[in-house]
Amino acid sequence: MNTEVETVAAVSKMKYDVNKIREDFPILKKRVHDKNLVYLDNAATTQKPTYVIDRVNKYYTTMNANIHRGVHALSQEATEAFEGARIQIKQFINALGKNQIIFTRGTTESINLVASSYGRANVKEGDEIIISHMEHHSNIVPWQLLCKEKNAKLRIIPINDNGELMYEEFEKLVNKKTKFISIVYVSNSLGTVNDVKRIINYAHQFNIPVLVDAAQAVNHIKVDVQDLDCDFLAFSGHKIYGPTGIGALFGKVELLEAMPPYQGGGDMISKVTFEETTYNELPHKFEAGTPDIAGAIGLGAAIEYVSKIGIENIKNHETSLLEYASNQIAEIPGLRIIGNAKEKTSVISFVFENIHPHDIGTFLDFEGVAIRTGHHCTQPVMQRFKIPATSRASFAMYNTKEEVDVLVNGLKKIIEVFG
Amino acid sequence: MNQELRELYQQVILDHNKSPRNFRQMENATQHAEGYNPLCGDHIDVYLLIEDGIVKDVSFKGEGCAISKASASLMTQILKGKTKEEAEKLFEKFHDMVTGKLGENPEIDELGKLAVLAGVQEFPVRVKCASLAWHTMMNALHNKEEKVSTE
Repeated sequence: MNTEVETVAAVSKMKYDVNKIREDFPILKKRVHDKNLVYLDNAATTQKPTYVIDRVNKYYTTMNANIHRGVHALSQEATEAFEGARIQIKQFINALGKNQIIFTRGTTESINLVASSYGRANVKEGDEIIISHMEHHSNIVPWQLLCKEKNAKLRIIPINDNGELMYEEFEKLVNKKTKFISIVYVSNSLGTVNDVKRIINYAHQFNIPVLVDAAQAVNHIKVDVQDLDCDFLAFSGHKIYGPTGIGALFGKVELLEAMPPYQGGGDMISKVTFEETTYNELPHKFEAGTPDIAGAIGLGAAIEYVSKIGIENIKNHETSLLEYASNQIAEIPGLRIIGNAKEKTSVISFVFENIHPHDIGTFLDFEGVAIRTGHHCTQPVMQRFKIPATSRASFAMYNTKEEVDVLVNGLKKIIEVFG
Repeated sequence: MNQELRELYQQVILDHNKSPRNFRQMENATQHAEGYNPLCGDHIDVYLLIEDGIVKDVSFKGEGCAISKASASLMTQILKGKTKEEAEKLFEKFHDMVTGKLGENPEIDELGKLAVLAGVQEFPVRVKCASLAWHTMMNALHNKEEKVSTE
């Protein structure tokens, strides 16, 4: 562990070299429609560095075995690597204990776990759950399902024209019936960074637990669960340069201990008879069945990689890219940026008066530029801004100003054709 | 512009996108249906005025990409004066064209101007854009009230 810390310290002293970082991502050399790939769909999923790919490969080539309980060498090695990844996550988000880190398939499953287990046990008829207008569908639908089942009510924190939460309105929503708050840290379609600490502090005055959807946060800003004092926090591996199909849920021990299991099966039990089953201790109580071992190990490697580059360094780089891109994009005639929050991550959503996002997406694809077009799984945000869809460019640690130029030039060409 | 892209965005399509024909709500419509593509948020209303089994008038309203708008606009032009059966046949032929079932050099005489949409077959994700108006028209034709969804 000591050598690890030394490496991190050594790297963080170095200047941020984006070209050197690009070398770590083999896919960035790919050509699309005879053009260099310009990957600006990072809010959908990030690319994977060789560091992660090799680690997954190494797992399958040298240590593949099922984890826990195996007495043979391979199983012990795999268990050690799997549990090692849990420790990486614990340190990365500054959790107190590794038993607070539950492996899931991703943010969606993490939220479903809480809605299903905590929600069903604690939310009753007439109760209220608060979310916001900028939630991803994955932080809307699980609560809707719960509300429907329990005859509870979903309350929505409104957002202003800049795409920021209206905090005073939130405070007005909180009342004796409020049983849970689930809030996104960073909006995937607007880039808004929410003051989740403010929400949590307020909620805790009334003993209301808060879940933070950190899917779009962990790869851009330092996330510290102790500082936030959040009760639950969910994120996905693939948005932070790790594999798809793996993610994590952080929870406070006293809450997790009191919650019933989410799924039943192997690994989550300590003793099974046909009369009665006693559940395994945390975090295994919530990890039924053989998990995505390779995915977890890959996620651990991704976190190591990100930590080596330094999340602050990544943030600085992305902030300068956002500024550069926002200035250039804002100058394009007929273009309107959706989401102008004071605190933003490197996401730019935009619309043209007369050009549909889908046409923009197809055109840019032929310039080698991958962006996302559509509602970004946030249909209420589209309804709020009275638009059917947006085009979204989202930047990661490996993107460059030259790539922003390719995007901007591509957009100008589109205007020529449709103008 | 790249050749494939040029095939997709032909001048006719760009023109119909900019100035869609029969782009209006129809007060005296005998049939109407609503179509929706959840993938891109496209939304369309198709109106038909059918008398004695003949499409006397057809119009549409809504928002969508250039492909879906042009496709809807061209559809309204070609359907006017056709019988219900002819409209159904055109739908099938059109659908076969955009899904690539007619092959590289389709015999598209009867499709007339609709042939400009043949380039869509090279773009599988855009087929739904081109066919939304047609699916919605079919629902209107059969007086189905439920919303068409391409998903």
